[in-house]
Amino acid sequence: MKLITAIIQMDKLDEVREALAAIQITRITVSRAAGRGRQADEELHRGQVVIPDLIPKMRIEIACKDEDLEKICGTIAGTARHGQGKIGDGKIFVTELLKCIRIRTRESGAEAI
Amino acid sequence: MNPILNDSGTTAWMLTSTALVLLMVPGLALFYGGLVRTKNVLGTMMHSFAAMAIIGVLWAVCGYALSFGKSALGGWIGWDPSLLFLKGIDETIMPAGIPEYVFAMFQGKFAIITPALIAGAFAERVRFRSYCVFITLWCLLVYCPLCHWVWASDGFLFNAGAKGAIDYAGGTVVHISSGISALVAAIYLGSRRGYPALSVHPNNLVLTLLGAGLLWVGWFGFNAGSSIQSGLETARALTVTQVAAASGALMWMLLEAVHHRKATSLGVASGILAGLVAITPAAGVVRVDGAMALGFLASIASYNAILLKSRLGYDDTLDVFGIHGVSGITGALLLTFFIRQSWMVDAAQKTGGPWTLWQQFGIQAAAVGITVAYAALVTLALVFLIDKTLGFRMNEKDERVGMDHSLHREDGYGLLNLQ
Repeated sequence: MKLITAIIQMDKLDEVREALAAIQITRITVSRAAGRGRQADEELHRGQVVIPDLIPKMRIEIACKDEDLEKICGTIAGTARHGQGKIGDGKIFVTELLKCIRIRTRESGAEAI
Repeated sequence: MNPILNDSGTTAWMLTSTALVLLMVPGLALFYGGLVRTKNVLGTMMHSFAAMAIIGVLWAVCGYALSFGKSALGGWIGWDPSLLFLKGIDETIMPAGIPEYVFAMFQGKFAIITPALIAGAFAERVRFRSYCVFITLWCLLVYCPLCHWVWASDGFLFNAGAKGAIDYAGGTVVHISSGISALVAAIYLGSRRGYPALSVHPNNLVLTLLGAGLLWVGWFGFNAGSSIQSGLETARALTVTQVAAASGALMWMLLEAVHHRKATSLGVASGILAGLVAITPAAGVVRVDGAMALGFLASIASYNAILLKSRLGYDDTLDVFGIHGVSGITGALLLTFFIRQSWMVDAAQKTGGPWTLWQQFGIQAAAVGITVAYAALVTLALVFLIDKTLGFRMNEKDERVGMDHSLHREDGYGLLNLQ
């Protein structure tokens, strides 16, 4: 089992979700995040341009079976990119998932995902 | 001829009313702002605040002259060059005993809030500069003519029938005109991306309730101030305003309790507005029992109109037509059956013969019909023209990102709202 954590631009959330739904991936967790990579975003404050230190992003978390990993990562990378790719499009992290338990039934392992 | 003296009591109340009506605009900003998604909260509130900026200037430059000047162009609009920049009223005390400046500013607040009301129908999806052009033209071509017809002493609806079409504080001019224009604009511009699955996703109902409260408070200036006096008629208008707002809220609560077994805070806020909208044209002519009836009926009508909207599938996002249009029409028509006897007697004396409820109903229906037809037609033309030239809707990417960031480069809640 793997845990996929994707940090993407806010405007791409709908598209990514639609693309994931199209490949039958519907069990996801989404949260707002803020962070700093190489991107510099502009905001306006009383006529002056300010560059906030932390930029708002969306974080998507998906637990999956090993065989679905490449399919999911490919879909996210394919849809979260702006045009030919821009700084700030985001990152995808993949980590080993040691255990997964469904609270309602206490099932555990890949079946609980 | 004796010069008219300033009446300090009336002037003091009218100054207060003027301030109260302005308070409704930030009230509306909060009401609408709380109902949209987090990414659109500032863009939505900006629609109300931009109206304060744009119409605030426009009204002083020429809006007042176009509304309260003498009839021109066959009565289509008013015109008086001496009222441009309010130059001609520097020394005027009106027969009501107030400086004309106070009256002009009081009326100006109505002109500000009316186009701002429309913005709820196309919330979350229009370009800021197109909106600015739209409310400027709408104010000149829809609001000013309607205001002239209904409220200027030589307006044709002011003089229709025995004692004129009854529109005490803006049932036709403000609520029906903005409500129907909202419906036309919402249908022409189309729904938001993702509607109806998305429907409404309020980011902060606390703001919405605060806004509804401010609107209720401000409405005492709106209605009781429209008496342009400080006396018996003012007290009547204030009383029926209070009763109708409460009745509207109570009925909405009951409807939801019966329908869903839950009364919601947004429901109470909506009921307050429905009651206030319905009593607006009627505040000068109905008594307390009539105010209760209008409050109840308005909530029933608006509640069902919003259910019907969901079935028809158009995206009047914040239910401007459902509340202002439907309750406005309900109030303007049904007030006929609750008019106090002395008004009808007075009307009969003026005609020199009998004057029946049904004759007055005919006048009310004509006023509503003319307002609906005129506002719908001109709004359709304006929206079409602006859409073909500037483009009215945001592009898809900007709509996804949200108005706050893509139109204004700001965020309503910064990093505090990382929910």
